[in-house]
Amino acid sequence: MSRYSPAGWAFAAPAMIMLGLFFFVPVLLAFALSLTDFDLYALANMDDLRFIGFGNYAELLRTPLFWKALGNTFYFVIVGVPLSIALSLGAAMLLNGVASKLVGLFRTALFAPVVTTLVAVAVIWRYLLHTRYGMLNYGLDNLGIDPVDWLGDPNWAMPAIILFAVWKNFGYNMVILLAGLQTIPNDLYEAARIDGANGWQQFLHVTLPGLGPMLLLVSILTMAGYFQLFAEPYVMTQGGPVESTVSVLYFMYEQGFKWWNLGFASAVAFILFVIMFAITAVQYRFAQSRGVA
Amino acid sequence: MRLLLTLAFLLLFGCGGRDDGREVLKFWAMGREGEVVAELIPEFERLNPGIRVELQQIPWSAAHEKLLTAFAGNVTPDIAQLGSSWVPELVAMGALEPVDTLAAASPSVRAPDYFAGIWGGNVIGGRTWGVPWYADTRLLFYRSDLLRAAGFDEVPGDWAGWLRAMRAIKRNGAARDYAIFLPINEYEPLLALALQQPEPLLRAGGRYGNFRSPGFVRASNFYLSLFDQGLAPRATNTQISNIHDEFAKGHFAFIITGPWNIGEFKRRMPAERQDDWMTAPLPGPTGLGLSIAGGSSLGVFARSEHKAAAWKLVEYLSRPAVQLHFFELTGDLPPRRSAWAAPLLADDRYAQAFRAQLERTEAPPAVPEWERIGQQMRIVSERAVAGQITPAQFRATLDSDTDAMLEKRRWKLAREAAR
Repeated sequence: MSRYSPAGWAFAAPAMIMLGLFFFVPVLLAFALSLTDFDLYALANMDDLRFIGFGNYAELLRTPLFWKALGNTFYFVIVGVPLSIALSLGAAMLLNGVASKLVGLFRTALFAPVVTTLVAVAVIWRYLLHTRYGMLNYGLDNLGIDPVDWLGDPNWAMPAIILFAVWKNFGYNMVILLAGLQTIPNDLYEAARIDGANGWQQFLHVTLPGLGPMLLLVSILTMAGYFQLFAEPYVMTQGGPVESTVSVLYFMYEQGFKWWNLGFASAVAFILFVIMFAITAVQYRFAQSRGVA
Repeated sequence: MRLLLTLAFLLLFGCGGRDDGREVLKFWAMGREGEVVAELIPEFERLNPGIRVELQQIPWSAAHEKLLTAFAGNVTPDIAQLGSSWVPELVAMGALEPVDTLAAASPSVRAPDYFAGIWGGNVIGGRTWGVPWYADTRLLFYRSDLLRAAGFDEVPGDWAGWLRAMRAIKRNGAARDYAIFLPINEYEPLLALALQQPEPLLRAGGRYGNFRSPGFVRASNFYLSLFDQGLAPRATNTQISNIHDEFAKGHFAFIITGPWNIGEFKRRMPAERQDDWMTAPLPGPTGLGLSIAGGSSLGVFARSEHKAAAWKLVEYLSRPAVQLHFFELTGDLPPRRSAWAAPLLADDRYAQAFRAQLERTEAPPAVPEWERIGQQMRIVSERAVAGQITPAQFRATLDSDTDAMLEKRRWKLAREAAR
């Protein structure tokens, strides 16, 4: 029997065609675009399009704002992802640990930010973060801390964006981790307790290994999502103040749709793709070596 | 099947429901102007019963990219409000229709009635691509009481006198007060000073940056010296949370800003300070100087099939009486002199400096890359103000960055010349 059965191909074909048409072809076209200097002039007249090889990539590595955007994005990912996962895990464990009728209510309440519209809640957050009338500064004031110009101060704008993004997203991971926690058999905890393990040791040696594959999934998804930081700075700060919240994707958007340098913007997209691919691969390797994937 | 037919029927009528046989004119207007112009349209439709204006209001923050996307997607409107800096870009793409012949034949749109600098911003390659709708420029808002206390009855007209006044104000003030606020994240003040110089900002027909010319050296040294002498704070406008409040407290006596602030200052300066502020034309190197020609124009799109109707709307919105009404609604300054003769503007004491300044404006270089060059000017000058680079390095960097941005333009011009 042939290894390539026609029936198998027939079944796979619809998915393959869709994937090819809507993923591989656009990706290839985008890559081709990134090798040209497609810009306003080319938009008006295709004769003005030049093939420049890897010129965009070389140019990109010489652009200080790109490095700044990359730095900002890493700042956001390195602080935001662990914070978000820790918060999700904490919330999931609280919801899992208590037996109360209110669990359902809390689960819904904590998940609610995920299903809200980002632009709408950003308006509310702008009020919360307002220097003079914001609730956050009101709280700080009660603690005797001077008001912080959250979205106007270059040092505070990114922490404010992180706070907002973590609040907006942690509910999603919480639900996944909650499902994971419920699959860990109670016997394991019981056995650990009999062996004299305290709460922290139970967490370290029962909960975390039990959640291994879930945590891997969650961290890959979260990291991929957080690298694509865009909407938060777009609606909250427009990349400011002093470019302190320009992310790689925001930089790409400005290049592509503000200045219409689509060739250059495509190069940004591919660099971001390479970075994310590399990091996910490392993550996966790490998880494999620990035997969770 | 019957359901399908009904649906098709509904769709047909749903779309055609508003089709009343009138010519439909698609008009895009931005931000506040977009909201306000809706009030002016019914009168236009009454005067032109055959035309229905479909007004599309677009927020300023998205307007530029919407226009470019519309061009790429072949769905440009018939007529649109154009920010002055977009005109060169749209002209380079061939998106606009020249209006010279229409304007020459028009009884109402008369070019000589317009402020020359404002009109000039729409002339590229010897042809006119838009009709100014309202004018914008930058000049001085100042604290008249602080100036008097420093021994000056009015703002001196040249840099030397202006500098003396600023030093005197600084001496009079408290240690943490300044003479002038130049937000370091805005490039317009430096641009205005640079436009006052005889040399153009770009050389060789907009092919290279000209930022090491004697003129730009003078302008940038003057600008940077204001920070070095402690006359201006090294602060962005996001760090000064309430500029009106700081101005009222006398933390600085001069601001270089635009006409929208007349209304803002009237509203937001405390009552006891209302008589202590005034506007003045921008001092120049050797007497009253030029400032930036800005504002919005009305442009007719090349792909429009309703150009005649679009031009009628341009003519209507350009009528002095309509422009005055528009000024009342928005505070946007009319671009033509005849509108300024009306008492509403002639008697406004804060507007007089703008009237004088509008006679002395110049548009930034008309190349599509200008907006990006301006942004670069802001980013690099911020570093020069902070002392991270010397003034000479600032000008050299700006020149090389600009030359890099203009590379495609040079290539295109060379290719066109070779043909």
